[in-house]
Amino acid sequence: MIVIQGKGVSKGVANGPIYFFQRSSTTITDAPAADIEAEKARIAAAQEKSAQQLNALADKAREEAGDETAILFETHAMFVEDDDYVECMMNALEEKHCTAEKAVELAGEEFSAMLAAMDDAYMQARAADIKDVTRRILNNLMGVTEGGIDSDVPVILAADDLAPSETLQLDKSKILGFITQGGSGNSHTAILARTMGIPAICGLGEALKAEFSGRQVYIDGETGQVAIEPDEITLAAFQSKQAKQQEMKELMETMKGQKDVTLDGREMMVYCNIGSPEDVTAVQSNDGQGIGLFRSEFLYLAASDYPTEEEQFQAYKDVAAAMGGKRVVIRTLDIGADKQVDYFEMHKEENPALGVRAIRICLNRPEVFRTQLRALYRASAYGKVAIMFPMITSVWEVKECKRACQKVMAELDKEGVPYRKDTEIGIMIETPASVLVAEELAKEVDFFSVGTNDLTQYTLACDRQANDLGKFFDPHHPAVLRALKMATDAAHKAGIWIGICGELGADLSLLETFLAIGIDELSVSPTSVLPLRAEIRKSIAKTCTLEKLEC
Amino acid sequence: MKNFEYTITDPLGIHARPAGLLAKTAKAYSDTTVTIAKDGNTVKASQLMKLMGLGVKQGDHVTVAAEGPAEEEAITAMKKFFEENL
Repeated sequence: MIVIQGKGVSKGVANGPIYFFQRSSTTITDAPAADIEAEKARIAAAQEKSAQQLNALADKAREEAGDETAILFETHAMFVEDDDYVECMMNALEEKHCTAEKAVELAGEEFSAMLAAMDDAYMQARAADIKDVTRRILNNLMGVTEGGIDSDVPVILAADDLAPSETLQLDKSKILGFITQGGSGNSHTAILARTMGIPAICGLGEALKAEFSGRQVYIDGETGQVAIEPDEITLAAFQSKQAKQQEMKELMETMKGQKDVTLDGREMMVYCNIGSPEDVTAVQSNDGQGIGLFRSEFLYLAASDYPTEEEQFQAYKDVAAAMGGKRVVIRTLDIGADKQVDYFEMHKEENPALGVRAIRICLNRPEVFRTQLRALYRASAYGKVAIMFPMITSVWEVKECKRACQKVMAELDKEGVPYRKDTEIGIMIETPASVLVAEELAKEVDFFSVGTNDLTQYTLACDRQANDLGKFFDPHHPAVLRALKMATDAAHKAGIWIGICGELGADLSLLETFLAIGIDELSVSPTSVLPLRAEIRKSIAKTCTLEKLEC
Repeated sequence: MKNFEYTITDPLGIHARPAGLLAKTAKAYSDTTVTIAKDGNTVKASQLMKLMGLGVKQGDHVTVAAEGPAEEEAITAMKKFFEENL
């Protein structure tokens, strides 16, 4: 057994024979060219062919791997036609009287070196794109086709590093996983492998040797472990993980497109929690029926100054539009407590969890609030946005929030900016106070969503950040579950819906309790959607009991 | 000549994709020269790789200028492009 440790960049376990990627060896001569004009024409032809291939690849990628990858190839096509890049080749021909191949190679080296020298990791990684494009033009010049896998059985593909076009041109029915010597989590190979759902491990370095070709290997894209001809114990560990993975995959497949409904016909809305617009892809691939919590903090935490209305609008609009009419609940800023932002210049608090946080900041700083509300309402024109206010304790706070909303709507009316007047407004139920006055709060809003982490913290007087509270911090405590029941009864009495967007929502051991309480919506991380759906579809709502509410 | 100043808000700056689109947009005004300048370095907007080489990041100030018969349309198109994409 040989074990090599790399960096897992795309999850999953796979096994098969190792196959080393065959790249055409390109020997380019330094010999002078006979006819410069002929060489120029050859470059132009290869350039045109390359651009055509890349555009075709973009179309293929759009179907197989998604927009992100398609755009990459479109950008490559633009590289191929870039004036400076081409000029650089033509100059080399004129000055060095070299062959077209040499000129293309020189231009590729010059531009990839320029990007590699930039002090920006993203731009440095783009040097690989230039090399990829350059290799394509060279192959077209020399009439080389590459990337074939000469094997009858599917393989674990090994390489020094794979260019994006190389990964996409491969016959995927023959690939079980990728292992590469170089590369990083940001490399296109890693990104593509994740999109395609194939395990990948990179950064194996010299330990991955060409002589391993043909030997049986197990790879784990989560741990980054590569085991060539594993011993019995290692093999058993890999196989059990693989079996679980397979089981999960089959479950996922059967659950896609199914309704979230119990055996006796009770519907549950299964939504997703997301922290940035990029997470929408995961919501879609896991078949989430909406977004129950879109945390707006990322806009504030990642910035060095207050995010502008425009930036916020763009992010909210992107998500609303991508979800195509499905509900997107966006929570207004929830800064403070464990999430601190320098430019807010908050006073140091002894007890920030009980301090000026979330809605309290918004009500104290109407300008910050107004900017966010304007962005939210403007985005409402592009989908089904719902606005949610966190950390509510009193009815007057909700009334004040609603006044702020009305003011913003009046402004937008005046400016003639489109928005949806029927945008839902909801609140987080995460303080005992909000539970105790839930009946009155329910009359003011369109929905409730319970933040179970904070509700547990405040109900049980247990700091959620403290590690040593152990058994005292118990989200299953009957007090927390009874609070849920009280809020649910109040919501239903007023005819509004109630959901859970805290971690507890994905706790399958509580599903029966949630059904018994009458929760209408569970918002969970995208990867929890399908397991939760499977469990809902096995449940019978009317036989669920409230026994967990007993002490 | 028409010009405007702009502060980049996109977290990745002028990265490959917007640079490509920007070059494409600028090329539509073939008889008018569109340039992007940062810290005294000026490149033509149609020069995709040089544009990326400028290394424009979030928070950087750039000056976008257009000169030629279609400068009015070009600068309007550029302004719209920057506001929507960068």
